Amino acid sequence: MSNAAWESLSNQAIAAAGVVYFLALLVHLAEWASLRQPGTSRAGRKAEALALSTAGGVSDGPVLTKVAEHGAGDGQDAVDEHRVALLGRLGVLLTIVAAGVHFVALLGRGMAADPNRVPWGNMYEFTISGTFFVTVIYLAMLKRHQLQWMAPLVVGFVVATLMVAVIWLHAAVAPLREALNSPWLVIHVVSAVIATGAFTVGGILSGMYLVKARTGERTTGPLARVPSLVVLDRTAYRIHAFAFPVWTFAVLITGPIWAHEAWSRYWNWDPKEVWAFITWVVYAAYLHARATAGWKGRNAAILALVGLATLWFNFIGINYFSTTSMHSYAAPAVEVVVTAPAVPGGA
Amino acid sequence: MTQAPERPEASGAPAPDTRRPGELTARELLRWTWRQLTSMRTALVLLLLLALAAVPGSVIPQSGVDALAVSRWKDSHPTLTPIYERLQLFSVYDSTWFAAIYLLLMVSLVGCILPRLRVYLTALRAQPPAAPSRLTRLPDHRVLQVDAAPDVVLDRARAHLRSGRYRLRRDDADPARRHEVAAEKGFLREAGNLLFHASLLIVLVGFAMGGMLGYQGGVIVVQGQTFSNTSSAYDDFDPGSLFGSEDLDPFQFTVDDFTVDWITEGSAFGTARGFNARLSYRDRIGAPQDSYDLRVNHPLTIDSTDVFLIGHGYAPRITVRDAEGNITYSGPTVFLPQDQTFLSFGVVKAPGGSGGAVGLEGLLYPTFALQGGDPTTVFPALGNPLISMSVFTGDLGLDNGVPQSVYALDTDNATQVMQPDDPSKPVRLDLELGETEMLPDGLGSVSFDGVDEWVRIQISKSPGKEIALLGVVLALAGLLGSLFVRPRRVWVRTRDQDGVTMVEVAVLDRSGGADLGEVLDDLAAALSGHPDPVTQGTTGSAASRRDQKEEA
Ligand code: HEM
Repeated sequence: MSNAAWESLSNQAIAAAGVVYFLALLVHLAEWASLRQPGTSRAGRKAEALALSTAGGVSDGPVLTKVAEHGAGDGQDAVDEHRVALLGRLGVLLTIVAAGVHFVALLGRGMAADPNRVPWGNMYEFTISGTFFVTVIYLAMLKRHQLQWMAPLVVGFVVATLMVAVIWLHAAVAPLREALNSPWLVIHVVSAVIATGAFTVGGILSGMYLVKARTGERTTGPLARVPSLVVLDRTAYRIHAFAFPVWTFAVLITGPIWAHEAWSRYWNWDPKEVWAFITWVVYAAYLHARATAGWKGRNAAILALVGLATLWFNFIGINYFSTTSMHSYAAPAVEVVVTAPAVPGGA
Repeated sequence: MTQAPERPEASGAPAPDTRRPGELTARELLRWTWRQLTSMRTALVLLLLLALAAVPGSVIPQSGVDALAVSRWKDSHPTLTPIYERLQLFSVYDSTWFAAIYLLLMVSLVGCILPRLRVYLTALRAQPPAAPSRLTRLPDHRVLQVDAAPDVVLDRARAHLRSGRYRLRRDDADPARRHEVAAEKGFLREAGNLLFHASLLIVLVGFAMGGMLGYQGGVIVVQGQTFSNTSSAYDDFDPGSLFGSEDLDPFQFTVDDFTVDWITEGSAFGTARGFNARLSYRDRIGAPQDSYDLRVNHPLTIDSTDVFLIGHGYAPRITVRDAEGNITYSGPTVFLPQDQTFLSFGVVKAPGGSGGAVGLEGLLYPTFALQGGDPTTVFPALGNPLISMSVFTGDLGLDNGVPQSVYALDTDNATQVMQPDDPSKPVRLDLELGETEMLPDGLGSVSFDGVDEWVRIQISKSPGKEIALLGVVLALAGLLGSLFVRPRRVWVRTRDQDGVTMVEVAVLDRSGGADLGEVLDDLAAALSGHPDPVTQGTTGSAASRRDQKEEA
């Protein structure tokens, strides 16, 4: 296949992935809509109760009894429950398919470049890679952390971001600037993108925590399906606890090593570095807050969202607004030199 | 959640007595301050402050990052500049207030980890705690009936826990504890946490060493020229506060050749795929010569100094002669690229020959072409080089001893040379490679003899970078232990009930939120001596019960 063919394959695959994600979103919304009916909300909550007991890994007497008792409920309940479960599974299946197509799009970008390379040379590529990892991380944690209820939020986020990427950020495939062409960069960006995906999923959880803390527990409506505050807080913590070391690795180890090789300075307080540092400190504060009296729960969740805001600002804001950042994708191939001029024979 | 003693902030103040705060003795006050400073809440607030304090440096140009941007900013904000300067906003990360925040944080950190280290070391030497009297009171417990003698069950428990790398309590001497096993594991969590925090100090030390004992410098070297590492050879030189020029490694290098791999087709037309500067270098004068292909991302390390390729451009060879044919200026002249097309700007300053000083100022077009009548360069490589210069004469400020930039012509007191037949039009010298043109007014001639390439080399010494790297790697290792190791205590107690062995087991996870059910299942299976244990009696899991309550 020629480079041009790979590039157009990639473009088509992104469009196709967008469509499938959108279908997945519709299915998940239908799933939620079924829950809205009072009859079914119980079924949903029941499924969740079961989920919780397995989430804790405890074969728990009382919960099982409760399920058994409800399982004997009227037929309508069972039908609705069945439909919700079916829609849920279909939605996940569509998301998996979309992620597969999404991956093809990434592969196409990489193959279209000459020489072949990892697909994150510009904002468009970074965005489609980042959203891919949001999906992958959500899918990977789906079973373990019982995240079915998050589906519309995650898929909705991915669809919206992909649309932004295609409409505003799209750029033709170009070779990497040489400074970006380093194995350290590959490791650096892979880990940064993975951490970004995980922080985003964690942020959605913390956001829901705040929503739920405000509205209180509901027994009907979509919110009834969202797990309890305790579970939200714990799951958010686990995902952040995964993302934080990855981010540490990305911005405090591989980033500086690469910067040292490319620019002679391992840490230069370049705006991109500053904001990566800020993000790191805010998430460290989040982890602290969860162990500090008076900061647990709500304040910790707010910190997690502040962290997420700094993370995305770094990606979007700094690339667009900063002219001094060495990370600015607009920078010329090798920095055009304008330095403090020297005096012949002088200092 | 935390194993660290969370200090009750309110009771940090000594004795709730009748004295007002003002009457604290100096020692009490000191202790109170210390407690406040080393509390978790202070650490949290300081962390947030640190994040906040880092923000201005990403908005305001920083002299350490881009000195030119700073002077431009100062020019356009004359009123704000003195205020910003007083607040050290042009070097936020070296400012006293930024340092105050992170030093306070570090003090707080030391104050935090030292006591924890002591507690931890004591805990390490201590035995796992004995079983509480009522295991069934614990949130995660199970009661089993096992077809084996109590001693067999206890032996199974010990074997299982040992293989799970638990530490067992030794109670041989205590007859009251003959029917119990107590075990503990997960000490590495606290160790990891302590390691993480201590490593932050290592990082800071490494970072500070780089800032104080290192230096950065930049220099433009034209192909064929040799650079010797002395501070005067640099175009810009930025030493750390404790760096002396005697710390410079005495190497030298010559740029033998420079090549750019230009892309000549496709959407990336006119950009470069790679750069290569071939250097021959010696570690010190008289040392054997080596050579190295210096490329982006592939620095050359000589002793403890790193040499990087970070930029390139063109240096046209221009010769100026006076009316009598004496050479007043000759050689490669560094022109600075203006943009990605490598349209480059430069000046020539030829001191007075027979007709007075000559100054030239203008552009180099690497591949010159007229597009719609406008002169442009269509490719950044040297396809059809052309220089186009204006000419000045008179007082170019060359002799008054004031340092001048080699990249700008001081034309304040100079006069521009005009065309003899039309004095309203300035003279423009458009020279192709190899051409020579006469100047009017007996000023002589200018020849364009060729083009050399130059490379911009960044040279730096950052001692302590290995220490900083070691610090973050240790910090990461500690962090992983701290976040993923689960501290856990397990107790097993057997009871002989009318010839039937009843076993109580309980697990406590001090990190919270773990899958204790699985641990209990495994343990129960091991105690029963077969994979599928018959579970009887009561079980409990506080976690799921709590969740249910919240559900309701
Ligand atoms: C340099 C600034 C600091 C940074 C970047 C930092 C970062 C962190 C991080 C990322 C964690 C999470 C690891 C975990 O949950 O085990 C943590 C935990 C902890 N930090 Fe710090 N910390 C700093 C300063 C301090 C200070 C000054 C104290 C003392 C008051 C402290 C006490 C603790 C404690 C007790 C934990 C354990 C919390 C838990 O068990 O969940 N830290 N810190």
